[in-house]
Amino acid sequence: MLKIEGLRAEIDGQEILKGLDLEVGKGEIHAIMGPNGSGKSTLSNVLMGHPRYEVTGGAITFMGEDVFELEADERAKLGMFLAFQYPSEVPGVSVANFLRTAVNSVREEELSPMAMYKLIQEKMKIMQMDPKFAERYLNEGFSGGEKKRNEILQMLMLEPKLAIMDETDSGLDIDALQVVAKGVNELRGPEFSAVIITHYQRILRYIEPDHVHVMLDGRIVTSGGKELALELEDKGYDYVRQEFGAGTQS
Amino acid sequence: MPEDKTIQELGLDEYKFGFRDPEEYFFKTPRKGIDAEIVAMISKHKNEPEWMLEYRLKALESFFEKPTPQWGGDLSELDFDEIYYYIRPMENQGRTWDDVPDDIKNTFEKLGIPQAERETLAGVGAQYESEVVYHSLKEEWDKAGVVFMDMDSGLREHEDIVREYFGTIIPADDNKFSALNSAVWSGGSFVYVPPGVHIDIPLQAYFRINAENMGQFERTLIIADEGSSVHYIEGCTAPTYTSNSLHSAVVELIAKPNARIRYSTIQNWSHNTYNLVTKRAVAEENATVEWVDGNLGSKLTMKYPAVYLMGEGARGEILSVAYAGDGQHQDAGGKVVHAAPNTSSLITSKSISKGTGRSTYRGLLKVHEGAVNSKSRVECDALLLDENARTDTYPYIEIEEKKVNTEHEATVSKVGEDQLFYLMSRGLSEEAAMAMVVNGFIEPIAKELPLEYAIELNRLIQLEMEGSVG
Ligand SMILES: Nc1ncnc2c1ncn2[C@@H]1O[C@H](COP(=O)(O)OP(=O)(O)OP(=O)(O)O)[C@@H](O)[C@H]1O
Ligand SMILES: [Mg+2]
Repeated sequence: MLKIEGLRAEIDGQEILKGLDLEVGKGEIHAIMGPNGSGKSTLSNVLMGHPRYEVTGGAITFMGEDVFELEADERAKLGMFLAFQYPSEVPGVSVANFLRTAVNSVREEELSPMAMYKLIQEKMKIMQMDPKFAERYLNEGFSGGEKKRNEILQMLMLEPKLAIMDETDSGLDIDALQVVAKGVNELRGPEFSAVIITHYQRILRYIEPDHVHVMLDGRIVTSGGKELALELEDKGYDYVRQEFGAGTQS
Repeated sequence: MPEDKTIQELGLDEYKFGFRDPEEYFFKTPRKGIDAEIVAMISKHKNEPEWMLEYRLKALESFFEKPTPQWGGDLSELDFDEIYYYIRPMENQGRTWDDVPDDIKNTFEKLGIPQAERETLAGVGAQYESEVVYHSLKEEWDKAGVVFMDMDSGLREHEDIVREYFGTIIPADDNKFSALNSAVWSGGSFVYVPPGVHIDIPLQAYFRINAENMGQFERTLIIADEGSSVHYIEGCTAPTYTSNSLHSAVVELIAKPNARIRYSTIQNWSHNTYNLVTKRAVAEENATVEWVDGNLGSKLTMKYPAVYLMGEGARGEILSVAYAGDGQHQDAGGKVVHAAPNTSSLITSKSISKGTGRSTYRGLLKVHEGAVNSKSRVECDALLLDENARTDTYPYIEIEEKKVNTEHEATVSKVGEDQLFYLMSRGLSEEAAMAMVVNGFIEPIAKELPLEYAIELNRLIQLEMEGSVG
């Protein structure tokens, strides 16, 4: 489904991703953990096609297609989705209007206004969002947790094949965390894959990953099953640095 | 041009209203340029009373005396000798839509009139070149004593009212362009709303320039008598020519005690039209005047709708949005004068600039001594769509009274890369993402318009932006 090979990327001349490999199969849930600044958001942005990053090496294929040829919107239409660590605010554009436009952009055929309305209501209910959020301006004045819920709402509306979730769990209270997990599990199935970027194994209790990877200095340095998350939380990143940091220095 | 040809086929799709009709007219001034002879000819042609001719001639002197403004936009290419000042397209005004000649009718039908009238309007006026070619007012408002007609008919049928108010809000010698309009004015609307009458759906006037080198000088006077209310909407377009056209209107509004006037404009001139308009309103005791102003197209727009708050408790609001694309300059803003206690005002100005486009906010807020407890707020926001676009703000504030509350806020923002990426990551194309940010930006103004007009405003801005993303 998603295959990343030897990915190198830089921003403003600074190399951040330094030869990253990752393969995500159909229906799999992967977790990526790693210290601040290790390049997790950079990876998310590069995967989704942020124009500010320059890819200097490697390859990314999604469903057999070379995504470097595609703009962000084309990647979205292929079924990629990024839940942002820091979603942008768009004043004057209501959540409902935005969702309508987004859903109709990725779909082959436009949804009727009635069907759209129902869909929005249904998904907001799953996310336990007050219906009046539909008329609020996109992310404007939303609390941190509300923004995250809104990201998952968008994911439910767009039904991607691959979701990258960049610290969606950060800053969520326990209830919100469960709601977000419920949202993700809603989509879980043989046709849905996810890459969950997180600092805590807490969320992984609700969304069980098939694989856990540790990212350090622009690379995946070790991978394992869900027990790796627990081990990390126990031992901290210093342990990882000692174990893998030096040996992978190029 | 054959009527069935689409605009795209004509290659004018960047300005949707750029189509033109053949120039066949009932009467056109024999030459370009302006002098006393032309002014007298216009007045005579209209069979006007002597005082109006004198008024025009005096205004013409002011026009010659006043220098072309050196502030604001670049007027150096505007050649007053290269303009036709009066063109009368047909002999008599249409009473019914069928009376209007086919080519003119087709033009207005392409512009969406009169479908709009049938559905949502209390009355419609359509001006083509210098004259209003069609006018209608729904019977119920006619019965209620509402007057809605073109200014020339107003002068004929309600000479006393016109004589009492005409030019009292904007004197002929107010500025060079009000002087010009006062000398050669033709068409525009005359509206009178009797005391206590609330016209709950809008009156609309539509202004269309068709001829090349044409000057359109409509003159509008709206009087809302005590405790009445009215919403007047105007829309404007012109075809695309290589040489310049001039649109120079004068609009005077009078809101008597407790009356309310809302005047909404969506101007969408072709990119070689000079749009130099003087708009001013007086609000008496507890009256409210609102200008909602959308400025699109044109080469240069200079327009600063004004409200004079003359009576205690009067309220004024000016909402304006301007879009300056490549090579365009929108010099717009608002002016509020607080001349009585407990008056309040709000100016909200939003501008969008793209490419070499330039937008300027120019505003004046004046509070006279004695206008105690006045409240005023000015907010101007500029949105730049790319690196070259330019915006400036000139907020003049003169306050002579201590017991007042004024606020001023100005912001400049660029459409951010992150914002666009966010929207694009949800499947929106770059154009659609840009349009969404822009529509959101003008939402506070669009939501003040009736729904169809809000949609139209968004659509027009989208059309202007098309192909602009690169
Ligand atoms: N414009 C830039 N120029 C240089 N370095 C940058 C620039 N933008 C980001 N970086 C650096 O790239 C590195 C990776 O950042 P990134 O946001 O991908 O980290 P992260 O793993 O997501 O961290 P966190 O856990 O804090 O979210 C950081 O060291 C950051 O300072
Ligand atoms: Mg990050």
